[in-house]
Amino acid sequence: MNRSFTRRIALGALLLGATLAACSKKEAPPAPAAAPAPAKPEPLKAAFIYVGPVGDAGWSYSHDLGRRAAVEKLGADKVTTTFVEKVPEGPDAERVLRDLVAQGNKLVFATSFGFMESIVKVAKDNPEVRFEHATGYKTSDNLRVYEAKFYEGAYLAGVVAGKMTKTNTLGFVGSFPIPEVLRNINAYTLGAQSVNPKVKTRVVWVNSWFDPPKETEAAQSLLNQGADVLLQNTDSTAVLQAAERNGKLGFGWDSDMSAFAPKAHLGSVALNWAVYYEKSFREAMDNTWKTEVTKWGVKEGMIDYVKPASFLPADVQQALETAREGLKTGAVAVFKGPLVDNAGKEVLAKDAVADDAWKGAINFYVKGVEGKVPSGN
Amino acid sequence: MNELALLIAATLAAGTPLAIAGLGLLLNERAGVVNLGAEGMLLVSAVAGFAAAHDGGSEWLGFLAGAAGGAAVAAVFGWLVVWLNTNQYATGLAVSLFGSGFSAFVGIGYVGKQLGEQPPHRVPFLADLPFVGPALFRHHPVVYLAIALVAAAAYFLYRTRAGLLLRAIGESPQSAHALGYGVRRIRFAAVVTGGALCGIAGAYLSVVYTPLWVEGMVAGRGWIALALTVFATWRPARILLGAYLFGGVTMLQLHLQARGVHVPSQFMAMLPYVSTIAVLALISRNPLWIRLNMPASLGKPFFPGA
Repeated sequence: MNRSFTRRIALGALLLGATLAACSKKEAPPAPAAAPAPAKPEPLKAAFIYVGPVGDAGWSYSHDLGRRAAVEKLGADKVTTTFVEKVPEGPDAERVLRDLVAQGNKLVFATSFGFMESIVKVAKDNPEVRFEHATGYKTSDNLRVYEAKFYEGAYLAGVVAGKMTKTNTLGFVGSFPIPEVLRNINAYTLGAQSVNPKVKTRVVWVNSWFDPPKETEAAQSLLNQGADVLLQNTDSTAVLQAAERNGKLGFGWDSDMSAFAPKAHLGSVALNWAVYYEKSFREAMDNTWKTEVTKWGVKEGMIDYVKPASFLPADVQQALETAREGLKTGAVAVFKGPLVDNAGKEVLAKDAVADDAWKGAINFYVKGVEGKVPSGN
Repeated sequence: MNELALLIAATLAAGTPLAIAGLGLLLNERAGVVNLGAEGMLLVSAVAGFAAAHDGGSEWLGFLAGAAGGAAVAAVFGWLVVWLNTNQYATGLAVSLFGSGFSAFVGIGYVGKQLGEQPPHRVPFLADLPFVGPALFRHHPVVYLAIALVAAAAYFLYRTRAGLLLRAIGESPQSAHALGYGVRRIRFAAVVTGGALCGIAGAYLSVVYTPLWVEGMVAGRGWIALALTVFATWRPARILLGAYLFGGVTMLQLHLQARGVHVPSQFMAMLPYVSTIAVLALISRNPLWIRLNMPASLGKPFFPGA
């Protein structure tokens, strides 16, 4: 009895060990510089934690692309980076962060909103290390935040969608009804309305960032009800592929997804974190790094509409280009009054341009989006 | 009307993996073995199926590999619980964790790969009928296979000698052993068969339903299939009904949302589990009902010498 019990425990431990081993890996262990030349400064040691696996062609993948591109730009002799993927949000993140600090990293990036409390704590205990938190809002002397104006990309997708739709019905597969996602739905709709006032948007929530079969089902239900151009802010390629299979149209999100649906893919709203990571590395190296809040969009190149389909008609390409230039120069603002929500209430007065507080508190659909925002009450 | 047909079609497609996996787990449980590793088996078979379909270029190769993958994981589980008498629940959970990690690990190279185009599926003549055509006769063959499998399993369990033996072992392995039957061998065979069925379900998810591989893509359907066996009170026909019901509420909820009618999807997501608990509470109300419905030796190890 006793033996078999030990055996069970050992086996369980083995299985768990194998699972854990499969879940984490690191790249580029900081090689000890063999007899460094005295004149040459030590390379900057930077570390990243990702919430998902790197290979998911989505959010974490985009951060990893940015990390690699920035390192390449500056040279591996100037910056060495480490990353830890699939870090669960919560207490585990704090442990991983402390571990990375203990390994001598001087610049640490946490790339998911849910890492906020962990990074705030670790930053407080390690004033000599610089921390950066993507999509967060808490800052301190050695902790700063950065995010991309995703909605500008959604707006550009909307411009293309508004031109391409035949049914005047767009579909959106949403993850969770939080301001960030509502911003994207509204921006998508406003973009479409800027070229086609008759457009309506239907929304289906899947309450998950990542559930490919359910994303497929949601996309299918939108297509079944007449939507013919789909956008999603979930993390897989399932929605785009569902559009492809039904002979309808869709977009890539987070990264270039053109390879997944050659006939349906109108373009991808892709993140380019490299521009920011490069800046951040440079500032850390020459000690100009200071706390700030960075929100970059199309203008700075952090978000863009990439790989526009070759079959886009000339007038659609023209509309896309105009909108993109407008966002770059500031001639186009996505959220500009007068705006009314879909119940007819004015949410932004005429000629007013939305500020960050307004954008952070969006809890409504603009006119043209059907249905009601799900809420807790 | 057309929309209703599409809703029915979507329901059948969504219920199919649940039905096949649930049926596999039912066979295990009828022999007295609970396999909580369903989620892990589905993931391993999903990656195996996707890999084979991708590299071999054939969907059916994918299903074969999926079934083999599911059976292989089930064989490890079966060896542990049947021959080594490890605790079924703990081992099942370990297999579930192992399967998710292992599938992610071996599947790294297949993330972002895609399969060739699927030809549309149509049952000749019937597919052109109004309403019932789009609703019932334009599905992937595996959707019909699920129904056939359920019928076959029901026939096997209630109309054949081997099925009777399987049920007898689930009720009282000691008695079956006393009569000279190899309880362990039969239990093991049931576990492996169940694993192969789960494998077909996993391959369906990654090859047909959402033709892609990403880690964790099964997203809890293994647990729903487990709940389904209880919901169905271990009867094959009810598995099919339950699978369509669970698939149907999800699809209905999504369709209502697309129409602008909001139903709290959290409520829908918990429905399978809530109804399972309700069924459990119901059949546990008196000893006779438990005996009529639940395999008596479920979850208990069997020691031939004892």
